[in-house]
Amino acid sequence: MNAPVDPKKLIKGATGDWEVVIGMEIHAQVTSKSKLFSGASTAFGGEPNAHVSLVDAAMPGMLPVINEECVRQAVRTGLGLKAEINLRSVFDRKNYFYPDLPQGYQISQYKSPIVGEGEVLVDMPDGSQITVGIERLHLEQDAGKSLHDQHPTMSFVDLNRSGVALMEIVSKPDLRSAEEAKAYVTKLRTILRYLGTCDGDMEKGNLRADVNVSVRRPGDPFGTRCEIKNVNSIRFIGQAVETEARRQIGIIEDGGTIVQETRLFDPGKGETRSMRSKEEAHDYRYFPDPDLLPLEFDQAYVDDLAAHLPELPDAKKARFIAEYGLSPYDAGVLVAEREQADYFEAVAKGRDGKAAANWVINELFGRLNKEGLDIGASPVSAAQLGAIVDLIGEGTISGKIAKDLFEIVWTEGGDPRALVETRGMKQVTDTGAIEKAVDEVIAANPDKVQQALAKPTMLGWFVGQVMKQTGGKANPQAVNDLLKSKLGI
Amino acid sequence: MSVDQATVRRIAHLARIAVTDAEVPHLQNELNAILAFVEQLDEVNVDGIEPMTSVTPMAMKKRQDEITDGALADKVTGNAPATEDHFFIVPKVVE
Repeated sequence: MNAPVDPKKLIKGATGDWEVVIGMEIHAQVTSKSKLFSGASTAFGGEPNAHVSLVDAAMPGMLPVINEECVRQAVRTGLGLKAEINLRSVFDRKNYFYPDLPQGYQISQYKSPIVGEGEVLVDMPDGSQITVGIERLHLEQDAGKSLHDQHPTMSFVDLNRSGVALMEIVSKPDLRSAEEAKAYVTKLRTILRYLGTCDGDMEKGNLRADVNVSVRRPGDPFGTRCEIKNVNSIRFIGQAVETEARRQIGIIEDGGTIVQETRLFDPGKGETRSMRSKEEAHDYRYFPDPDLLPLEFDQAYVDDLAAHLPELPDAKKARFIAEYGLSPYDAGVLVAEREQADYFEAVAKGRDGKAAANWVINELFGRLNKEGLDIGASPVSAAQLGAIVDLIGEGTISGKIAKDLFEIVWTEGGDPRALVETRGMKQVTDTGAIEKAVDEVIAANPDKVQQALAKPTMLGWFVGQVMKQTGGKANPQAVNDLLKSKLGI
Repeated sequence: MSVDQATVRRIAHLARIAVTDAEVPHLQNELNAILAFVEQLDEVNVDGIEPMTSVTPMAMKKRQDEITDGALADKVTGNAPATEDHFFIVPKVVE
């Protein structure tokens, strides 16, 4: 854990530099139709207590029966994190009292989780790459939901979430800045979405982070950490880390010490604050759940799941670079969402990969962002964009006209090739027609011709005039060549 | 192993059981008697023996991922002391 310290990541305090150390626990809701131990629905937003079985409500005598799909999803996630899969794991009871936990305990995995150590490669915006260790992944139940704003003295409890399967993914304390923390969660979310094991919807709380933050002088042992609970957006994760690191540095520099505690991040006030002191509540008295046998499967089961994993973002990125000649940056942008990568491949198939990437990233993503649309809602299909790329490649239209064509396809739809014909957008490559335009421009501007002889950069002005005359349809290279020879420059 | 009176109070608190000071010595004796009884198991050497999780060797049963339960809000909240619109209502708890 004492990798070389990058001075750029250090935080300047009043008394010198500080290094922030971050580890994360991500709670990811497993994609499944029914709950981890009951047949009630996991659907979001049902009527209060409509998706609750008597198991979830912890009625006496009800027994949990595990959902095999949740096991499968946890193993697949472990494989995606290049982690060790434990063929035998054990469910434990984590005991605490809270109104939205009717059992009085959460069924979780403590000493023997289903997935052990793994790692995630994280690309940083500056092009560097870090490796973040995964400590473990275990399966556990979600709790219900308490609403505190419905009544002055009472809380309302809805158990629809109670018993929904979560994967808790615990990282090693390998992160050293808010940027790294954000990039790690972003990458983890991408992997989960590729695997289809969690939809990663942070707004619905389907992915949330507990962030452990401590600070130290570079090279010193770890400092005392504080845990910031339930941060529910990637932006807030970054802000919470910055804010908490500053708070801790301030305390230590003023001669104080950090008390290990659980804190909440308040994005409105831009501060973290202590949660009700729960030292005693941390005595969870874990013990193996007597209602559940150990979770066991064989290596053949794991091997079969491994054989059917989809191509994951790192592999896809490497393939895009090798197969289509993309830059690592462009490949990284395209693989961030599986749907984007699929769209790109549909455009790039049998065409120039770089040109396809340019059109997808610059024109299409730019336009989608502007309109706030997802790739799935794109008015321009991959086939249509592919046709536009073909028309440029063949020299039928110029790059500039192609942008107009893209705009027409975006707003009106239609077959790009037919549109080019019917709207007369074809590039003029007929040298005779271009020559005529060139001659006209030269004849009309004798003064500029004189200037151009002294100053060859004037050529650009002539190109512009010819293009204007031809409605932008003249082949720019042909215009350039003709002008050069006629002007003698 | 034995417990002192402070531990008795702590265990009672964790289990949310109200215990009066007068009851503590009696509970302490009871708990210590139970612990002494269980401690007899220490006489058995269990080195290298897997903990037994089932009387007969069997694998844990698993379910298919299907929605087979729910839509019971009346029953689920039926025993609750207070409800409104199928919510459970409890004294306010805010972190």
